[in-house]
Amino acid sequence: MKLVIAIIKPSRLEEVRQALNTLDVHGMTVTEVKGYGRQKGHSEIYRGTEYAVHFLPKLKIEIAVDDALADAVSNAIRDAAQTGRIGDGKIFVLDLLAVTRIRTGETGASAL
Amino acid sequence: MKTSKILGSAALASLLLALPAFAQDAAQPIAEAGASVAEAVEEVAAVVDKGDTAFMLVCTMLVIFMTVPGLALFYGGLVRAKNILSVLTQVFLGFSMISILWVTYGYSLAFAGPTEGGLSAFIGDFSKFFLSGVTLESTAATFSAGFELPEMVFVAFQMTFACITASLIIGGIAERMKFGAVMAFLAIWFTFSYLPIAHMVWSGPGLLFGMGAYDFAGGTVVHINSGVAALVAAILLGRRIGYQREPIAPHNLVWTYAGTGLLWFGWFGFNAGSNLEANSLTAVALINTVLAPAAGALAWALGEKITRGHASALGAVSGAVAGLVAITPAAGFAGIGGAIVLGAIAGVVCLWAVVNLKPMLKYDDSLDVFGIHGVGGIVGALGTAIVAAPGLGGYPLGDAAAYSIGGQFMVQLTGVVIAIVWSAVVALVAMLIVKAIFGGARVSESAESDGLDLSSHGERAYN
Repeated sequence: MKLVIAIIKPSRLEEVRQALNTLDVHGMTVTEVKGYGRQKGHSEIYRGTEYAVHFLPKLKIEIAVDDALADAVSNAIRDAAQTGRIGDGKIFVLDLLAVTRIRTGETGASAL
Repeated sequence: MKTSKILGSAALASLLLALPAFAQDAAQPIAEAGASVAEAVEEVAAVVDKGDTAFMLVCTMLVIFMTVPGLALFYGGLVRAKNILSVLTQVFLGFSMISILWVTYGYSLAFAGPTEGGLSAFIGDFSKFFLSGVTLESTAATFSAGFELPEMVFVAFQMTFACITASLIIGGIAERMKFGAVMAFLAIWFTFSYLPIAHMVWSGPGLLFGMGAYDFAGGTVVHINSGVAALVAAILLGRRIGYQREPIAPHNLVWTYAGTGLLWFGWFGFNAGSNLEANSLTAVALINTVLAPAAGALAWALGEKITRGHASALGAVSGAVAGLVAITPAAGFAGIGGAIVLGAIAGVVCLWAVVNLKPMLKYDDSLDVFGIHGVGGIVGALGTAIVAAPGLGGYPLGDAAAYSIGGQFMVQLTGVVIAIVWSAVVALVAMLIVKAIFGGARVSESAESDGLDLSSHGERAYN
C-alpha cells in the first residue's frame, strides 16, 4: 500500500477530486496548509506599509491506495492540478505499513 | 408657543443667537451683532418646531450609530484577530462612560455658565450639574431667530459628539494599553480637553467663538482634538512589539468596510444635524457629506495606484474617512465644488501623512488617528476659510461681500494652533497621571503577544 501526499493550489481541488473519482479511489483527506517552495511568497500593502507574506495557502491531500493504483493516482493528480505556473505544488508517495478501518476492525488492503 | 426667556442658558443664547445675526443682518458690524440681535429676539415669539425636533432626535441617534457599531467595526477590522474584542470593548464602554460623564458635568462645563468674565472664555461652570435646570420647558436656540429646540435635544445631540471624540482616540493606542488605563485616560482627557475646546469653539463666551472661528460640525473640537491626543498618547505609550519588524496587518478589512459604511451614514447626522434645523442649508451640509468623502476616496485610491500600483479597498475607505473629516468643519460653509476639492486634497494629504510622515517620525499611531483625523482635521479647518468664500460657491456667515479668505484663514489657524497645543498638553499630563496610577499604561509583553482579547478581557472573538 502507498500513501500519496499532494500539495496543490487551493483552486485545483475540484479538478483533482473529479480526476480521482474516475479511478478506484474511495476517499481522501484534505487539509488547509501554508508553505513555500520556489514560488516564495508575495507582498501585501496596508496603508503604505508593505508586508512580505512568506507562507502561501495551499491544500494538502492525503490518499491511501493499493500499490497497483499509486502511479495512476499520482499521474491523475499531476494532470488535474497542473497550471504550468510556478507554485503548482508537489506530490509525495510513501510506503504505507498498515491500515485499520475503525468501524469494523478490518486491516490491510481491504480496509482501504 | 411661549415667548419667555430665550434659553435655559445665557451662554447658549449668545452662542446660538449670534450666528443668525451674522447671517441675516449683514449690514450690522459683526462685533455688535450678537448682543443687539439677542436683545431684539427677546421680543420675538420663539417657536419649537416639531420638524426640527424630530430631525435632531434622528440625527442624535445617527451619531450614536456612527460610533457604537460604525467606529468600533472600522477600528476592529484594522487590528489583529487577537485584539478585535479589546477595541470593541474600549469603544463600547468608553462611549458608555462619556455619556454618563456628559450629563453629570460635561454639558454644564461645556455650555453653561457666565457669558463673560472669569474663565468663561475657556470653560463653563457647574450650574447645570446633572442637568439641573434642563426641563421639559427649557429650550436651546437654533441658527434661525425665533426657532428653538427643546434643550434636552441639544444636550443629547452634543452628548454624542463628546462620546465619539473620546472613542476616536482608541485607534491611536490600540493593541497595547491596559483597559483600565484606557478608561482613565479617556475620562481625564474628556474633562480637561474636550470640554474646554467644545466650550471655546461652540459656546457664546468661548475664546474661539468670539474670534469668529468657523467649525460647523467639529473639525477642531472633534477631529484635531482627538487626533492630537491619539498621537501624544501613542508616543508616550511606545510602539507595539514587532512594529516595523513583523507583519501587523489588518485582520478583516470587511469589518473595516462595513464600519466605514456605518460611519459615513452616521456622519449625515453629525454634519447635517449640526445645522440644528431641517432646512436648505442642512441639505447643503448633507450633500457635501456625500461629495467630500467620495472625492477623498477617489483621490486616495488614485494616489495609491500611481505610487504603489494598486487602488486598494483599505485606501478607498481611508480616503473616504479623510474626506469626511475635512468636510466636517466646512459642511455648511462650502459649496459643492469646494466640498469636492477639499475632500480630494484631504485624501492626498492624509495618504502622505500615513504612508510617509508616520514612518519618517517612527511613531506607532496604530490605526492612524492622527494621520487621518488630526491631519484631515487641520486640512479641513484651514480649508474652511477658502471654501467658505462666496466667490468659490461658499456660504460664509454675515456679509458675503465683506468676506476675507486671508482674515478668516488667520482665525482658523489660531483655532488650530490652540486646539493642537491644548489637546497635546492635556494628553501628555493625562498619560503621565495614568502611568503613575496604573504602574505603567502598557500591558505586559506576554499579554501583548497573547493579544488583549485573551489577556485583558478573557475571551476570543473567533472560536
